[in-house]
Amino acid sequence: MDRLDLTVNGHQRTMVPDAAHTTALDWLRNNGLTGCKEGCAEGECGACAVLVAQSDGDGGTTWTSINACLVPIAALDGQEIITSEGLGSPDKLHPVQERMAVAGGSQCGYCTPGFVCSMASEFYRRGRGANATGATGESHGPNGFDLHSLSGNLCRCTGYRPIRDAAYALAEPDVDDALAARRDRPAPGPALTDVQAPDGRFVRPATLADTLALRAENPLAVVVAGSTDWGVEVNIRGRRERLVIAIDRLLELGTIEFGDEFIEIGAAVSLSEVERFLAGRVPLLAELIPQFASRLIRNRATIGGNLGTGSPIGDLAPALLALDARLVLASPGGERDVYLSEYFTGYRTSVLRPDELIRLIRIPLPLAHLTGFHKITKRRFDDISSVAVAFALDVRNGLVHDARIGLGGVAATPLRARATEALLIGQPWGAQTVHRAAASLAGEGTPMSDHRASAEYRSIMLSQSILKLFAQSTATLGARA
Amino acid sequence: MSTLSDRPENSVVGVPEPHESAALHVTGRALYTDDIATLRRDTLTAWPVQAPHAHAHIIALRTEPALVVPGVVRVLTAADVPGVNDGGIWNDEPLFPTEVMYFGQAVCWVLGETLEAARLGAAAVEVDYEVLPSLITVPEAIAAGSFQGAHRITRRGDVDAALATAPHVFTGEWEFSGQEHFYLETMASLAYYDEGGQMYVQAGTQHPSETQEIVAHVLGISSNAVTVQCVRMGGGFGGKEMQPHGLAAIAAIGATCTGRAVRLRLNRTQDLTMTGKRHGFHVAWTVGFDDNGRILGLKASLTADGGWSLDLSDPVLARALCHLDNAYWIPAIEAHGQVAKTNKTSQTAFRGFGGPQGIMVIEDILGRCAAPLGIDPALLRRRNFYAPGQTTPYGQPVRHAERMEAIWSQLLDKSEFAERSAQIEAFNAVNPHIKRGLAITPVKFGISFNVAAFNQAGALVLVYKDGSVLINHGGVEMGQGLHTKMIQVAATALGVPRASVRLAPTRTDKVPNTSATAASTGADLNGGAVKNACDQIRERMSVVAGGMLGANPTDVRFSQGKIHALGVHGQELTFADVAKVAYQQRVQLSAAGYYRTEGLHWDAEAWRGSPFKYFAYGAAAAEVEVDGFTGAYRTLRVDIVHDVGDSLSPIIDIGQIEGGFVQGAGWLTLEDLRWDTTDGPGRGRLLTQAASTYKLPSFSEMPEEFNVTLFEHAHEDGAIYGSKAVGEPPLMLAFSVREALRQAAARFGPAGRMTELASPATPEAVFWALTAAKQALATTAPGVDAPGAKRIPVLADS
Repeated sequence: MDRLDLTVNGHQRTMVPDAAHTTALDWLRNNGLTGCKEGCAEGECGACAVLVAQSDGDGGTTWTSINACLVPIAALDGQEIITSEGLGSPDKLHPVQERMAVAGGSQCGYCTPGFVCSMASEFYRRGRGANATGATGESHGPNGFDLHSLSGNLCRCTGYRPIRDAAYALAEPDVDDALAARRDRPAPGPALTDVQAPDGRFVRPATLADTLALRAENPLAVVVAGSTDWGVEVNIRGRRERLVIAIDRLLELGTIEFGDEFIEIGAAVSLSEVERFLAGRVPLLAELIPQFASRLIRNRATIGGNLGTGSPIGDLAPALLALDARLVLASPGGERDVYLSEYFTGYRTSVLRPDELIRLIRIPLPLAHLTGFHKITKRRFDDISSVAVAFALDVRNGLVHDARIGLGGVAATPLRARATEALLIGQPWGAQTVHRAAASLAGEGTPMSDHRASAEYRSIMLSQSILKLFAQSTATLGARA
Repeated sequence: MSTLSDRPENSVVGVPEPHESAALHVTGRALYTDDIATLRRDTLTAWPVQAPHAHAHIIALRTEPALVVPGVVRVLTAADVPGVNDGGIWNDEPLFPTEVMYFGQAVCWVLGETLEAARLGAAAVEVDYEVLPSLITVPEAIAAGSFQGAHRITRRGDVDAALATAPHVFTGEWEFSGQEHFYLETMASLAYYDEGGQMYVQAGTQHPSETQEIVAHVLGISSNAVTVQCVRMGGGFGGKEMQPHGLAAIAAIGATCTGRAVRLRLNRTQDLTMTGKRHGFHVAWTVGFDDNGRILGLKASLTADGGWSLDLSDPVLARALCHLDNAYWIPAIEAHGQVAKTNKTSQTAFRGFGGPQGIMVIEDILGRCAAPLGIDPALLRRRNFYAPGQTTPYGQPVRHAERMEAIWSQLLDKSEFAERSAQIEAFNAVNPHIKRGLAITPVKFGISFNVAAFNQAGALVLVYKDGSVLINHGGVEMGQGLHTKMIQVAATALGVPRASVRLAPTRTDKVPNTSATAASTGADLNGGAVKNACDQIRERMSVVAGGMLGANPTDVRFSQGKIHALGVHGQELTFADVAKVAYQQRVQLSAAGYYRTEGLHWDAEAWRGSPFKYFAYGAAAAEVEVDGFTGAYRTLRVDIVHDVGDSLSPIIDIGQIEGGFVQGAGWLTLEDLRWDTTDGPGRGRLLTQAASTYKLPSFSEMPEEFNVTLFEHAHEDGAIYGSKAVGEPPLMLAFSVREALRQAAARFGPAGRMTELASPATPEAVFWALTAAKQALATTAPGVDAPGAKRIPVLADS
């Protein structure tokens, strides 16, 4: 079954791919849809953004913006894709295109098709209008438009103001808007893709059991969910693999369950879905997720993938460490449960065996009362942390009963600040304790100097993070006027 | 008013028009070079073999292993160059080098049937290197005496005497970073022999004529056998003024060797590691002030980091020296400028072209010295403004100096500067962990190429029998809205509606010997040429229409596609009617237009003259908020008043101002070029060679409130329809952000203390600045222990 079937801009396309690693971007461009642009080929600029029809979890469809540069076209087998060309044409502009054009939202125009797709995704977001307050907030328009939806799109010309104005001027979709109507019907299900091409094979198994069996037969296979990390490897470092196994649509990895003892999040749930379905129930994650990469990335990147890559920074890991999360690892022989704090073994290595997959992440309940996530970056949106610090403190009656602090960017793996935790526990939550903890935190890990930050700054930022948390917790931090 | 600047009533210029390609942009229909290449089915793809050393001799180059890679068609080497093996204009940029001069330099190129084949082929090429010692930083180059180009000096008065007697003297020495252009569309070209047998190159280039010349001399053929077209570019910002030429030449060599079309598009990593950037500078200065804060003298030495070849470094340095004064009268000055030769990419033009670096020097001086002088920075700046009648250090009268003062006071009003300054003081007084700063800075920027010969342009305007108009001109569209303005100029000059005018892509076989679309001069020069062509046609059509209306040709008026004559009532012709009759009467309906800027002169040896047609003025007030725990900050509000003359196209001009401002703020705060300066194997490697490590401003850097006002009654007599150039000057409005950050950082410490701030002022840099301020406070305040180690922050006493 070496054939892919796609619906692109409403038209059926059937293709026999000549390469398993071909990205959606290259495929679209080579098929005449050159509005999709390559700006960086690593999911940073959004010039390649397109829309795909994804399940909204409630029987309908959400038009989800993704970076076409990172996704193999084979991963979109059976799916519906809309590009800027499909949204409208010069003599029949889509409302988003119309606003962008008249607002002066394009100068050189190269980033524009991607912006249009990201903006259209937010235009069609259900409930956007319900958030409309008529007033402009820090990152929300009077029409409920969330500016974070454009955080993965870079423009070098405009300075963004006209793009924001275009976004904030969008009305609700018209009643006869076909893409709006499409939201009421289910999104396409996963296709059982199996593509063999000279450069490799791309397979999407039907079940977890099939996946584990295939993995066991091919221990060197690469397992891919959102492909936001793998896509960079393919594009920038020229990685090619004989076998790529897609797991992002596995039902067994795709649910969120709220129990009495745990919240369980399937490993293949995207970060956008985590954000949407948790709906603030885990404040630490609610604080973190908007700072995690960009919406374009979060729409594809999965919670399990972020842990599976074993990045020493990986913003989720410090937070999940602070939440004392556990991972359920599945293999043909059964399942085991490991603490995240015991999962990482070294730089991009873990206890995960070649025949295992991360099936889900367990966050124990109840949650700590006092949490905070401090991400130190050069740029506020969509930047990789120099250091990331997550706190989960149980402070009752002025005493620290329990403390967990997760650190990223200060060692070969994300880690717990054990010495500082020990120092805090049993102590009063006051200036003296906090200053001692700050001094201790500066000694945790072994930060390095690189292009993001100096070791000195990283180390001091660890100290500063608890000072800031304390200042915030005691409300001495100046309120914004 | 001059004929050039006189604007008719109901003119199409001045009307707010979206970008002429906006509908194509938003629907993905606008084609760029590699789109055109992708839509062809027969192209080969070129891929470079990049050297992994900053400086090395090439001992051996074995291409055979690449040739066995499936799909590899050929490996291009020096032996394939039919003409001159050099892609620069100073003969110092071998396309196929024997000596590697920077990390990532291309040593040869592989042609493949697919990109994948070319990439794998390049990986298979074997190169042996003899590694040589390298110079990476400017101080290393200075110590080694490694310079290129001219040593320039700007001098006025007796600066030593002025400094000897000045009551307040300060000195400083520092380095600031360059900037990557990061145009969203990377370098691209497509070359083939067309049906007429000529070499045809579609390229993303700001200087098609120079691309044509370089391709011709590399191929060893004459310019009339090469045509270069640029449909549009996904941004240029100066980065495509000089450096696309050699890449286009590689594609052309490939097409010559294979007979096939060859596409060459650098991916982002290649573009970042192979092409030049804004020059970083090393500067040392001594300044003297009187008791009122008036500058008495400035002595400075500027060393630009030129990289491995000269490229445009000489004129960049010249513009830096010509903008050291910014908007300020400096009675005595001596400033030296040199270009360091280092083993890095060849740094090149970037929006502002040295102007920002020159202005950086003086704005940094004023920002640092205001506090120790005990003078409010806004006042210090204003006190030093040029007065009408004064001249620049190089002897050019500062025409319209009064505009600076007018803009400044207008901006103080519009930004509610005084009230907000007071509010910020109150805010800072009660917030120990967050401080705000509000700063206002001016810009005066000279418009024209420093080299007088470049200040000329051509156009070709065609009127068809149906009254439709097609225009060509020598400038290229890279997002700046030049084509939109040119359509508006043509519609105005011919008195037709905007919709009657179409613009055809820029091609060297339509308009020859053009200048780069650069130095903000695109609209001035090409607008002059388009208008000249239209004026010729209109004059001829006036004779025809006069005959038809029974009126004197001088009484014929063209407006909105209709033609009538003064004194002839009730009779109106359409433009199309007259065009048709003109054809029948054998009257020429096309014209070549030409323009040259009058009144420029420049003696580069004496460093004297009037190199600029006029100055563009502006000012910005920026408010920032700094987190004392981390140094992170936000830009809360920016107000700008900027002088674009009488705007040709307000949406375009405001877009240039806002975009330039944010790009400037990116350079000054966020964009952080880092090179490997260690002695390890990666020495000279660009460390920030991806969008993930080199961060551009995103939505989070946009000022939360952003108010731009065009300065009114701003007619410029010397330019097309009274307008002024707008491309570059607004970039330098962003110094307001840097100065606001300095002031906010200073608020963590005692008053009257000089606050130094690195550039770019990243959160880490701001953190060090505010930490130094806190430490100064700790050492001056009794009862507070100052930590012993330097750079340990004073822990907030909660």
